[in-house]
Amino acid sequence: MAKKLKKVDVVVVGSGWAGGVVSAELAKAGYKVVTLERGKNQDRKDYIGVKDELRYTDRFEMMQNLAPETITSRVTMEDTALPVRTRKEMMAGTDLGGGSVHWAGATYRWKPIDFEMRSKTIERYGKEKIPEGMTIQDWGITYDEMEPYYDKWEKTAGISGEPDPLGDKRSSDYPNPPLLASPAVKLFKETTKKMGYHPYQVAAGNLSQAYTNPDGEKMNACMFCSYCTMYGCDFTAKSDPLATVIPTARKTGNCEIRTNSLVRRVIHTDGKATGVMFTDTRTGMEYEQPADVVVLGAFSFTNNRLLMLSEIGTQYDPTTRKGTIGRNFNGQFNITFLGARGFFEEKKFNLYMGAGALGGTMSDFAGDNFDHSDVDFINGGGIELRQYGDAAIATNHVPKGTKKWGPDFKKNSIKYANRSLIAWYTPAVMSWWHNYVDLDPTYKDEFGDPLLRITNRYTDQDRNIAKFGIEKCSEIMKEMGADIVDEDEVPEEFDHIYSGGHYAGGIIMGADPETSAVNNYLQMWEMDNLFVVGGSAFPQFGGHHPTATIGALAYRAAEGIEKYLKDKGPLVEAKQATLNA
Amino acid sequence: MTEPRQPEDAQKGNSRRNFMKNTGLLAGGLVGGTLFGGLLTNQLQKPGSPADNETVTDSLLEARTFFSNSDDFLVLSAATERLFPKDDIGPGAIELGVPYFIDRQLSGEWGMNGKEYMKGPFPQAGGVDAYESQLDTTQDQGPNASTQVPVESFRYQTPMTRGEIFTEGIKALEQTSQEKFKMKFVDLEAEQQDEVLQMFDEGQAKMNGVASTTFFTLLLQTTIEGAYADPVYGGNRNMEGWRMKEYPGPRIGYTADIEKEDFILTKPVSLRNYQGH
Repeated sequence: MAKKLKKVDVVVVGSGWAGGVVSAELAKAGYKVVTLERGKNQDRKDYIGVKDELRYTDRFEMMQNLAPETITSRVTMEDTALPVRTRKEMMAGTDLGGGSVHWAGATYRWKPIDFEMRSKTIERYGKEKIPEGMTIQDWGITYDEMEPYYDKWEKTAGISGEPDPLGDKRSSDYPNPPLLASPAVKLFKETTKKMGYHPYQVAAGNLSQAYTNPDGEKMNACMFCSYCTMYGCDFTAKSDPLATVIPTARKTGNCEIRTNSLVRRVIHTDGKATGVMFTDTRTGMEYEQPADVVVLGAFSFTNNRLLMLSEIGTQYDPTTRKGTIGRNFNGQFNITFLGARGFFEEKKFNLYMGAGALGGTMSDFAGDNFDHSDVDFINGGGIELRQYGDAAIATNHVPKGTKKWGPDFKKNSIKYANRSLIAWYTPAVMSWWHNYVDLDPTYKDEFGDPLLRITNRYTDQDRNIAKFGIEKCSEIMKEMGADIVDEDEVPEEFDHIYSGGHYAGGIIMGADPETSAVNNYLQMWEMDNLFVVGGSAFPQFGGHHPTATIGALAYRAAEGIEKYLKDKGPLVEAKQATLNA
Repeated sequence: MTEPRQPEDAQKGNSRRNFMKNTGLLAGGLVGGTLFGGLLTNQLQKPGSPADNETVTDSLLEARTFFSNSDDFLVLSAATERLFPKDDIGPGAIELGVPYFIDRQLSGEWGMNGKEYMKGPFPQAGGVDAYESQLDTTQDQGPNASTQVPVESFRYQTPMTRGEIFTEGIKALEQTSQEKFKMKFVDLEAEQQDEVLQMFDEGQAKMNGVASTTFFTLLLQTTIEGAYADPVYGGNRNMEGWRMKEYPGPRIGYTADIEKEDFILTKPVSLRNYQGH
């Protein structure tokens, strides 16, 4: 029997940007908050001296231990799903701050069309542009409504950037100027400008100057050390929850953060959540934390699985296409981030320097910035050239045709270590009736609870948009003067590799309870004191990196939770969206 | 795409067999024995170089903590040297300590699959090959790929740990060598060793539990890692891997240099230096 703890106003599951922002905002507003994190406690100091490529990048030090629990994966409903067993096949961040600590820092607002994907596509191209079975939908919120939350998150995080020349309305500039541009980034920007495009510097969570955010949290200027994505910052120069919202929440005195606390159930009676049940992973003891409001602000997989294990809402059934829990699984898999790699004979770049989000980008082929009448896909993506700064294990790219081991490999991998750049496309990913999440019938976690099962396959939309992006990247790379340009290949089918952390959906937002699980405050339609915050709310994936949108949604949710604590009841009136009928 | 031409000597490679010939270790066939690994490595150290204080205890680290059979370690060493041979640019896998790096990786958490989901059931019918992705397109593509070792990812669906896969794989290399050439793997000419390794690369060699490609992929991954990981893990000896690549090692930062056009070559420093701050 779980030991019952003292009731609080709000219990939050997860401590990344989603759970962290919600915890900080409600604690600031004077509510008593308990935040539960499955991983261990981490402090900024725990990341000093971490510049060890093998440990962090290749052995996935900051990722979830999969021994007790993973996911299973299959392509179609007819297949038997198999566990994704190794961290090379799946990365999901853990420990205090979650996946938001190892992120690279690339910051993009999603575009107006991303939030109204279905209605805007129909408006501009007609209903027939959306293929049968593509289950994209509007979010129930527009870009204009999201704008203040983006703005707020960017200020909390101290984002360093310059405006996108093709960007959408902003209420204010980024709080910090863009990062310095390396010669590789300059080359990308100058070349694409000459080609008639509209390049700009990638907005970065790596700070261009020392900064104090509106909550009084201080961060340093990034020094381009390169140990960034896959690492916690050695120098508090990458904005993450450990540098911002976690200390903000703590200093209110209203938020207790408990690490090593693995939440296993949402407890509920009569359509209301009453708290959560969690296990202390060090002692094995079970606890019940009662609360007026329960917030699931964990990774998308965890948010999905907790609702399913807790039997809240109606599981999505692909045969009837009814049910909302597990619907519209989406994400950026190995069919995204494809492009062209250039090898330079005469030019050499200091590629061992860099920062997670140091890069150039352009939005000419993003969202609906270009006409889709004659292309066989919808939406688009950014084209980026990033200089993360690579350590010596990563820089082993060789031109196609080089044998991947032996004398030629050695010679070419060394020759091109500082002579190879890649431009890639970050396409949007649409949702389909056949891509969804449920519980696996066979595989269990350490407690005997079923694992989450992903059913996901690629479609012509994915293959066509990828091909389009590769062609554009290849043209750019040639113009940049690369002597050899190798184009990525478009994979035919999903390879069960979950390597980028960009997996989303399942508990999606919308205006209609028939096709969405949460309203535009991330409040469950079926349980109004339960909020599910994070990438799990994306009805489909936008054409850029997701972090800013998760941060913005968290601020939106925090506002909603505060309203709920004052007024109770549903915050949004349900609409039967005729467009989806 | 044009394939850059290779100098003649690099094509032939300096096989491990040539090393052994040069160092006299093949004479009389007295190759076996527990001292061999240490002898081999010691023989390959350049006299008097480098006087880096980080190298002092290297010789004490040259002991096997995973491979209990010294013959297996020799096969491993020879195979890694073919994947990453000594050439006119610099040292190969053996001289870099790659076999010891792999040995230590396999004796620890990673080799024991400590953080991987290892619960059954494991797919039985049709053998494991059917579940292991062998698509070339998974190489070096997709989100996060540019930060990873550019080897293929495969779908790990075997109850064997990585350590066990290596043990099976090394035995299979020897077995394949015997079947194909009626000789021990370590005694083969470099080109013959390559032929055997190619069979593993293509999944054509016989192995228990996993496709031979799976073993080969792990072998290649760890060989590259061993050449370039921080020396604290036993490979990249004296930071020679980093020197070949002109990689400076972990540093505080490069604010003053990030905008500079010219390539800046700096003597490498290791994690030990960095953490000493």
